[in-house]
Order: sequence, then C-alpha cells, then structure tokens
Amino acid sequence: MEQKRKETAVVYKQQEIATEIYDMWITTSLAAQAKPGQFISVYTHDKSALLPRPISICETDRENGRLRIVYRVAGKGTAEFSRYKAGRHIDILGTLGNGFPLEKAKGKKVFLMGGGIGIPPMLELAKAIANNAGNEGQAASVDIIVGYRDKELFLAEDLSQYGKVHIATEDGSAGTKGNVMDAIAAEGLEADVIFACGPMPMLRAIKKYATEKGMEAYISLEERMACGVGACLGCVVKTREVDHHSHVNNARICTDGPVYAAQDVEI
Amino acid sequence: MNMFNTQITIAGVTFKNPVMTASGTFGSGMEYSEFVDLNSLGAVVTKGVANVPWEGNPTPRVQETYGGMLNAIGLQNPGIDVFIERDIPFLRQYDTRIIVNVCGRSASDYVEVVEKLADQPVDMLEINVSCPNVKHGGIAFGQDPKCLFDITKEIKAKARQPIIMKLSPNVTDIAEMAKAAEAAGSDAISLINTITGMKIDIHKRTFALANKTGGLSGPAIKPVAVRMVYQAANAVKIPVIGMGGIANAEDAIEFMLAGATGIAVGAMNFVNPYTMAEVVKGIEAYMHRYHIENISDIIGTVK
Repeated sequence: MEQKRKETAVVYKQQEIATEIYDMWITTSLAAQAKPGQFISVYTHDKSALLPRPISICETDRENGRLRIVYRVAGKGTAEFSRYKAGRHIDILGTLGNGFPLEKAKGKKVFLMGGGIGIPPMLELAKAIANNAGNEGQAASVDIIVGYRDKELFLAEDLSQYGKVHIATEDGSAGTKGNVMDAIAAEGLEADVIFACGPMPMLRAIKKYATEKGMEAYISLEERMACGVGACLGCVVKTREVDHHSHVNNARICTDGPVYAAQDVEI
Repeated sequence: MNMFNTQITIAGVTFKNPVMTASGTFGSGMEYSEFVDLNSLGAVVTKGVANVPWEGNPTPRVQETYGGMLNAIGLQNPGIDVFIERDIPFLRQYDTRIIVNVCGRSASDYVEVVEKLADQPVDMLEINVSCPNVKHGGIAFGQDPKCLFDITKEIKAKARQPIIMKLSPNVTDIAEMAKAAEAAGSDAISLINTITGMKIDIHKRTFALANKTGGLSGPAIKPVAVRMVYQAANAVKIPVIGMGGIANAEDAIEFMLAGATGIAVGAMNFVNPYTMAEVVKGIEAYMHRYHIENISDIIGTVK
C-alpha cells in the first residue's frame, strides 16, 4: 500500500506565519500514507537546483488529501517555494523515512520537544498521540515543550489543541528564557519518554538528559541528502552498533531514520 | 516484438539496451526497484565494493552546486562477503546484466575482490581507479598512465569476467589513459568519473563538505564528459561506456554519437528516480524518428 513515488502536487494555500517561516498546504495522494515524523522531498522549478529539499510533514489531512509543510527559507530552493501561490504545481517525492514510534507513548507520560524549525513535525505527532491514532492506547499525559528564537510563536496555538504547551525563547520575550531544557527545569516537568526534533545541540542535550534519567528518547535527525531513498549514502549518522544494512557504523537518515532511539546514534 | 534493435555488445556480453546505472548512484538496485523496473535496464552497475567494509567519509557528504552536485561519500560499502551473499542474489532475480564495481586501496585489495567474484554469476567487473574522495582509493592508479597500465594488467590476469577500467577525468590527457588501459588488456573503459571540486559555505566560512573536496557530477559536467568520451573512443579500439550528466535520451544519444557503446545515468537518478526508464523509452523514440534499425549503427558516427 505504502509506496514511495514522485508526483505532482498542487499548492492549496500558503502563508508566512513568522519571519521567513512559511506554512504551505499541498494537495497530494501521498497524504493517504503519511505518518508522523516522515518527510517529503520537494523539487524546485529552477532546474539549476537539482536536488529536492527534504521537508518534514507538519500535518496530514487525509480526508481532503492534503499535507502541510512548515519550513524556513534557508536558500534559493526554499526561497522559491515561499513565492508559490495557490494552484501552483509542485513536484514531490514521498513519503520518506520511518516516522516516530507511536506505540512508545502508550500509557506513558510523554514529552514532545521541538526546537525552531524542528517544531513542525511535532504537530502531527501530537495529534496522532492525542487521537490514539495507532490504537496503541492513550498516553498518560502529553507535555509539549517548544523552543523559539523570540516571541514569534509559530504553531504554538495549533499544538495547544493536543497537549499542554510550554514555551522557551532565546531572548526571553515569551515563556522561559533559554532553551527547551531550561523550560523543563524551570517548570519542574517530568516524563517517561521523549519525542524530539530540533537543532543538533538540543538533540545532544536531550540524549544526555534522557541517559541520566534512564528515559527513552526518540529523536529526528537531519542531514544533507541527495537521493532521499537510501541509495546514495549521503545522509548517514554514526551508529553505536554495526548497522544491519551498511555493515559499518553508519545508518541512512533518509530510510533507516530520520527518527532514532537516542542511545542508538552517536551525535 | 520490438521493431528496433537496441542491443549492444561489449567484450562479448550482449546488453538488451545501452542504458546502465552509474556506479554509486543506484546502490545495488534495491532502493530504486520501487521506481524503475530493473528488467528494462541494459545493466545495473553496482556501488563500489571493496574486500572489507568501508565506513566512508564524515558528513556532510553531499552538496548541491549550480546544475550539479558534489559528493564525497568515500566509497562506504559493506564489503565483498555481504555483497555476494545479499546483493548478487537480489540482482539475479532480474533480467538485466550485472556489472560489479570494484574499489580498493591497493592492488591486492582489488585482486582479493576480483578473485572472490570469480565464481559469481556476474557479467562484468568495473574497476574504480578514479574515485576522487578516498585517499589512496585508487585515484593514484587512475591518474598516471604507467600505474594504470600496471594495475590493469594485474587485475586482468586474475579476473574471470571481462573488465572495464573506469577512468578519471582529472587528468591532462584522457586519450593517453585510455590507451594505457587498452594496452594492459582492459576489455572496455568507462568514463567519466566525477570531476574534483570544492564548495565553501560563506556564512559559516567552512568547507561545505567534511572532506573539503568532492566529486562534481550532474548536467553541469556533461560537455566535459562528451568531449572526453569522444577523445577516448577515438584513441582506442575497445568499447567505451560513457557517462557524466546524462539526464535524458537526448544526452544518451549524444554520448553514443561521440563514441560510447553503452551509457550510464548517475546523479540524475537522485533528481528524478524515473530517469532510467525515460532514457530507455526515449532512445526507442529517437530510433523511430530517424528510422534507425540498430542502435549500434550510430556509435561514434560523429567524427
């Protein structure tokens, strides 16, 4: 049923929701198979930019066959995407990656942690856990801890539908001043299992925190990619054990990840 | 029944069509078999395999450039034993030729792999003496005609299957390299491997690739590749497999007119996973349009 494919999607709507952060809904048959934590690769119309841009899936609307992506303008590819209006065709490859292991939330106190442009995939994950999507049983509680640069709190309101949202900002303009770890400490939050996506320093801090507390943590990684389907070996992460596919201590983030148990990867 | 004969022959091996995968861009076919019917391809040329597993380089390993990309994977591979156990049986399920790309750090590394493949059901061996991303990864062999001659001779003496020496474009005179491979007994040559390049991140003020340098591929390098295929094909009598930025059937035809018997699609697989199938169909359309009965008739006809 689930098959990777390249297809032409159509932009349903798009708006800028924070400085250089864009929120785009696209109509695509891939919505039917998308899982929380998976991503799509998006092609530019500018043919000098060959490689598709891997962008995490923020939200899925199965009923209407739509996917939502929320991305930061980081270069000429994403700058091009940001100019698209409703009705624009957009080639995408997907759905890619393994997604978050929802079953690990069953009966547990859960932290969903997102930092910066790592926040978007937390939305569909929060929704899936709240709706008990995998029929794996409800989480005991869901605390959503999100870190921003400043008070442009994109997606915070969306997230608040599915759990209690705790905010950290680098400049202290909203919530706890500092990062997501500072917010946990300041608010005295506790959990059994962590799901996280964000910049590498944040993921390292989470891995360390989870190890000290003896908690499970599932972190979503990113890396420069070419093929997105596991053939080119461009986007690898060092692994603790010899990887079953590569037979060396490298796993492919695009196919074996992007989500890993934190203790399994050397970050 | 196909009205057009797309068959080609290299060193006594017939291929249903000239379209092959370029080593390192297609794994051993498993990942892309979701997108492309491997039975439709002339050959699958595998990712380079060494005598033991190789970890490859640190990340970032890939970067986009204008009309192309740089890679410095560093020939990560699971080693020949896993390859024989897993990848060859997978490929044997399909009606396509199997060309195993062999890499090494020393002559004995290459020979060990070639000997392990002696009894394996593979059609040809492509010898990678031209990877720019591995220190002592054979690049030295591929950039000096005397070294190329010696390693070719040594491998040819041990190889059970016909061998294809894969040449580096990072040389002054490609014709001289082609002649050295031919003189040492190589059954065919393939070119071009990637062109050594570099990209600097001006915001971080660092090299964009962890390896500093990488191999440039993609449409940006195609004119260089066509020129080198033309020069090499006119310097030797053995068949040439041409590659470098092929994105569609028109590009493939261009390489064949320049002298390539077979052609390979590389980086464009990453851009469009259906490229291989489109090239196969497009070659047939070209034959139809120009009433070409045998595709082999056009090889090297632009002099």
